[in-house]
Amino acid sequence: MTSIPRGTRILMRGNEAVAQAAIDAGCRAFFGYPITPQNQVPDYFARHMPEVGGVFLQAESEVAAINMVYGAAAAGTRVMTASSSPGISLKQEGISYLAQSELPCVVLNIMRGGSGLGNIAPAQADYFQSVKGGGHGDYRTLVLAPWSVQELYNLTREAFDIADRYRNPVLILGDALLGQMMEPITIPEEVVDPARLPRKTWATDGAKDRPRNIINSLYIEEPQLEKVNLRIDARYEEAARKEVRVAEEHLEGARLAVVAYGTAARVAVTAIEEARSGGMRVGLLRPIALYPFPSDEIASLADRVDAILVAELSLGQLVEDVRLVVAGRCPVHLLGRSGGVVITPADMVEALRGLAGEDRG
Amino acid sequence: MAVQKRESAIFDRPQALEPVRMHYCPGCTHGIVHRLVAEVMDELGLTERAVGIAPVGCAVFAYNYFTCDMIEAAHGRAPAVATGVKRVRPDLFTFTYQGDGDLASIGIAETIHAAARAENISIVFINNAVYGMTGGQMAPTTLPGMVTSTTPFGRDAKVAGNPIRVCELLAALDGPAYLARVAVTSPSRVREAKQAIQKAFQAQLEELGFSLVEVLSTCPTRWGMRPQDALDWLEENMVPYYPLREFVVPEGLRVGR
Repeated sequence: MTSIPRGTRILMRGNEAVAQAAIDAGCRAFFGYPITPQNQVPDYFARHMPEVGGVFLQAESEVAAINMVYGAAAAGTRVMTASSSPGISLKQEGISYLAQSELPCVVLNIMRGGSGLGNIAPAQADYFQSVKGGGHGDYRTLVLAPWSVQELYNLTREAFDIADRYRNPVLILGDALLGQMMEPITIPEEVVDPARLPRKTWATDGAKDRPRNIINSLYIEEPQLEKVNLRIDARYEEAARKEVRVAEEHLEGARLAVVAYGTAARVAVTAIEEARSGGMRVGLLRPIALYPFPSDEIASLADRVDAILVAELSLGQLVEDVRLVVAGRCPVHLLGRSGGVVITPADMVEALRGLAGEDRG
Repeated sequence: MAVQKRESAIFDRPQALEPVRMHYCPGCTHGIVHRLVAEVMDELGLTERAVGIAPVGCAVFAYNYFTCDMIEAAHGRAPAVATGVKRVRPDLFTFTYQGDGDLASIGIAETIHAAARAENISIVFINNAVYGMTGGQMAPTTLPGMVTSTTPFGRDAKVAGNPIRVCELLAALDGPAYLARVAVTSPSRVREAKQAIQKAFQAQLEELGFSLVEVLSTCPTRWGMRPQDALDWLEENMVPYYPLREFVVPEGLRVGR
């Protein structure tokens, strides 16, 4: 067990909470490469992995790091990597291999402004990359989008169970603000002992007293590859039934709804409080899982409200998925900022007033 | 009185090789090297704790041929995958089997850094100076003047750059415990090649760090030669450019020549 105080409120940085959560979830290997604004993640693992006899290795590149994850996952160990937007792009080939080879792992993306080198400010512009697959092929990553340091901790712990259950990479999608900020959190007493986790009978960990195992993503016969893809797809369907997570605030009797995740949802809460104090009936639906997408929840919301405002730190990505499931039931508007510029509560209140005015007119 | 005949096999398939037909072209030396790897695994009793990493390239199906646990890696990333396995399970024996495009072109960074880290893994590196699987394109080890599908007028160093001597490159690092270049062009060369693989694997078992055996190999199909001509061509052209020798040998390695 690491030396962190447990069962009491402590102040912790988002990036460090993720690393601590991983160790507490029984993760015993981390492979990463420096990139701002996620650098406290590898730093924390470097300092604390030795306390639990785990592996920390600074790889020569993001590409190497994700392939080390592939090897460690194949050997049956709970493993993760972390990066930020440009680095996550580099990892996408490896994530595709992990998904096709049915290997569990956890990947953290502390998003920054993009495209290209962009900047190191908070953004949510990797939404499409995260929820639509990201790399080549017919796969998805399961995506969790926390909005606080406590939730970064809680969801990272859960992510390892989800990854093992679905034998698929799970992506934790944060941003520069969530990764860098410090908040009080409580770290639970109980931790996962990796030695007590169920044995992964498929792992390549020595073919002793069993037939050999092969970890592979190459299926040269087309029907065979389709069969594997359908098997993987069935897991996504199962996830769609079991892993949808949303949080709602003030939606009871609301005429307007904001749909936002992560940092944008935090801004939305402030804006909604202000708008409500001015008499506006507005609430928030916050997807906590971005894949699987809360389709039914948003469709049913669209039946109840006059309009939806999608707030995102990108120029119209989440809004596409919202419009797809709303399917014309109500107008869906976008409030998006880009390049690391964060929406202010004042921006959002103004946008909401505009919509409310439209509604009255 | 009946005479009882006692028969004993003097030549058999190694236990570490699956009894399946390989996909390699006639005259290709991959089959010889697979056999050598399997023989050494048998002799060192490694199969039950070995994890092999297959590359992208002609040996992409190597996971079908060895009886140990196998992982198929992305192009060039086998040393990183092997690192991931070995770091979390140092008790396992981990080897990669890679070609020249995989190891020396797209995967050169992973190769150099695994070597520099003294990663306790073993690499069997097939250098046949050409991309076989994709149709005979130029490899990082294609000789100057050599004709390939992407150097149809012969490799011109001014345009297509110079070949990479992998062992010499890695020998400049502090990490490698064992580095050798061998060939499989004759029975005596094959015996030397096997000894080199033995030493490389032994180095890992003794936790001495990174080991790599470069095997000069033929590709009769892509070279456009008959198998025997390919062997002769290799001796006449590749051996002078890629000298056969041990570059790094650890002190006290428990395999003698």
